[in-house]
Amino acid sequence: MTLVSAVCAAASRAVCLRGLPPPWLLATGSASVAAWGRRRAAQQAVTAPSPVSVPEQPASKTPGGVADVSTPSSVTIPLSTGPLTVGSADTGGTRSMNLFTAVNDALRIALEADESTVVFGEDVAFGGVFRCTQDLRDEFGPDRVFNTPLCEQGIAGFAIGLAASGVTAVAEIQFADYSLPAYDQLANEAAKFRFRSGGAYAAGLTLRMPCGAVGHGGLYHSQSPEALYCATPGLKVVMPRDPVRAKGLLLASIRDANPVIFMEPKALYRASVTMTPVGDYEIPLGVAEVVRHGTDVTLVGWGAQVHVLCAAAERATAEDGISVEVLDLQTLCPWDIDAVVASVKRTGRLVVSHEAPLSGGLGGEVAATVAADAFLSLEAPVKRVCGWDTPFPLAHEKYYLPNVERCLEAIKETVAF
Amino acid sequence: MLSAFARHAATGARQAAATPRAMSVAGTPGLMSVTGMRFKSRMAAAEEAKPDTPLRPLEETETYDLPAFKTHRMDLGGLPTSTTASGAQLQEYFESMYRMRRMETKADELYMTGHVRGFCHLYNGQEAVAVGVEAAVSYEDYLITAYRNHCQQLARGDTVEAVLSELTGRVTGCSGGKGGSMHLYKPENRYFGGNGIVGAQGPLGTGLAFAAKYQGTKNVAISMFGDGAANQGQIFEALNMAQLWRLPIMFMCENNRYGMGTSTARAAASGDFYTRGDYAAGLYIDGMNVLAVREGIAYAAERCRSGEGPVYVEVDTYRYKGHSISDQGTGYRTTDEVQSMKASRDPIDQVKTMLVDGGWATLQSLKGVERSLRKEVDAAVKFATEAPQPPPEHLWKDVLSPSASGESVVRGTLVTKGGKVGTPL
Repeated sequence: MTLVSAVCAAASRAVCLRGLPPPWLLATGSASVAAWGRRRAAQQAVTAPSPVSVPEQPASKTPGGVADVSTPSSVTIPLSTGPLTVGSADTGGTRSMNLFTAVNDALRIALEADESTVVFGEDVAFGGVFRCTQDLRDEFGPDRVFNTPLCEQGIAGFAIGLAASGVTAVAEIQFADYSLPAYDQLANEAAKFRFRSGGAYAAGLTLRMPCGAVGHGGLYHSQSPEALYCATPGLKVVMPRDPVRAKGLLLASIRDANPVIFMEPKALYRASVTMTPVGDYEIPLGVAEVVRHGTDVTLVGWGAQVHVLCAAAERATAEDGISVEVLDLQTLCPWDIDAVVASVKRTGRLVVSHEAPLSGGLGGEVAATVAADAFLSLEAPVKRVCGWDTPFPLAHEKYYLPNVERCLEAIKETVAF
Repeated sequence: MLSAFARHAATGARQAAATPRAMSVAGTPGLMSVTGMRFKSRMAAAEEAKPDTPLRPLEETETYDLPAFKTHRMDLGGLPTSTTASGAQLQEYFESMYRMRRMETKADELYMTGHVRGFCHLYNGQEAVAVGVEAAVSYEDYLITAYRNHCQQLARGDTVEAVLSELTGRVTGCSGGKGGSMHLYKPENRYFGGNGIVGAQGPLGTGLAFAAKYQGTKNVAISMFGDGAANQGQIFEALNMAQLWRLPIMFMCENNRYGMGTSTARAAASGDFYTRGDYAAGLYIDGMNVLAVREGIAYAAERCRSGEGPVYVEVDTYRYKGHSISDQGTGYRTTDEVQSMKASRDPIDQVKTMLVDGGWATLQSLKGVERSLRKEVDAAVKFATEAPQPPPEHLWKDVLSPSASGESVVRGTLVTKGGKVGTPL
């Protein structure tokens, strides 16, 4: 029995098994899977409304032989930023920024505005793998912007001690995947410091980390572990979808008195470009944004997935005339229950989508909350379109991700229920 | 307020002294050794020798030989071989250590009677470490430790009432009753308290040391951990950063011989903990002798302040009780071992000997001091069992920072159900 057929057999025995690719995807072996992938890709290329596509190119290699994932090579991100609601007279106009330059700009403002701010992490003095801290050491000196050794647990604990002493600590973990060695420090120290000391101390650090799929990141450079941090009371968790939000949310996170896990979708670092206010502004934490207004179904997502949902929404409108509302949670913990429930009460339908695996994902929390708070308004079961319950795959990334096709299918099924 | 010692002293000449750190040393130094004879026979001999002689003024001093230090990548010659202590200083150390011992004994009882829930790790036998450290540094310096942290809370200036009522989960406790035994804090005296995760305070202390350096102060950080935690990876991560950036921190391993129920010989590839900082300076101190701890830590602190980087300090001590209260402490060592340690190296007995031999006290006067301290602890026990528990609404207090109007905030309730925090742009 081949591995594929074994998985298939297991899947068909347990039809309610959650978070597995549908049996038909695996049923006829890898050749047909590849064919299916090509078909889907072709369909998408034909029907997608001009997504911004980064041309395919071979992954460059760093001297150490590690794939340089700072330039997405094969990922396709339909860029839809929604209405630009940020920007006022006192933010000094706007300038074109991508997501990493927006993060860089926010860090620069934080370093300028508060001289106790320090920025550190692996290779951040040289700009970091994704250039987010570029030039900051030269501008603010090696005492305020510096490299740490490669030791995530140490970095997190160091940042917590620093923050508890009153310094504004902004640490970078090079990839969200690497935050797991630091999870003990974050869950047991940062998250609980205020509570267990009866308010005597707080560890109001900000921990930035690139997250999410990037086209070829593989198992340890692609994960979105936001659900772990959302399941840890005492932490806040934020994920922006574009440069405008990245800058405003990051400044709000740095100035928040609580420990904030700030997750940056790495696929958007270069791919997402917006006109971004050049001044100092904050986007409040805990508030979702309606990216697209609609009346038939509500889509909820965050980070890069918001763009996938917007693309699916456009196609649903174009193909079937479905009016789709899209919400970007922005802050995943605490998430904006009011906004989501209000939207579902208007539309009566909900699809929630994230890159992280289905089981234990934040989508389940959203679905359960809506089922409790908007039960009588629901016209259809809540649908989750998520990563499968597999390790994040290298070769199978495009099958793993909840792409436009899968989201579109979910929208249509939900509306037709 | 007069100290317990002064209240029970025989003559009016001995007023309560200023704190030991502020006290000037006076009197004629002699040379005395506190090692050798066992405590009880020494005491009996001392009583016989001086039945009714008037007690000596507390400001007078004696010079004491120190047990040998050992160093690693650090000049041993810089460390003192003897030190001077006044009667007032010794009196203070004795009172502090006796108060600690008595408090821990009562904590044990409170646990056994069901008043303390959860975990409880006692410090009996290790008192000279907490007291010696505080005699060497100030409250401007940062202190952070593990879960065996009750006595550091006292040493950092808190009361027995605040500690015991935290153990019993009362709102009057030093963490509002929400931390419990393992989580005591004293922010105004820069005590960053107890950590429940073995070794977690290593990186935190390193952050504190960085803050001290970054803010341009001469303060140092002390991160205390046990011999068990010395094998934790994050201690080495933190030490590497501290050495790399020359941070003013002492990584202070309280080697009490057992990591839970496993002896250092069974757990550590090298039992010479002071050498385990490898590239970092190391210092071995006899942790049962309060003067050795004071002098060793003062020396290491000065080195840290001068910008030479961290010092990995091993304090050789001994835990009389089990790892926690659920551990009787007898399954992995002999009763003889414990008894012999108590008889020959007990830190409180050593200071008692100095006080009596130096003529500042008699066994009788010390008994009076002990009685007074027992009363103080008994009153705290009563307080800790009668104080109110935290109200139910404190469950959601201090999970996140309060709202602008001071309300408690927890995800899923106030932020999302009530008014929004902040104003949307």
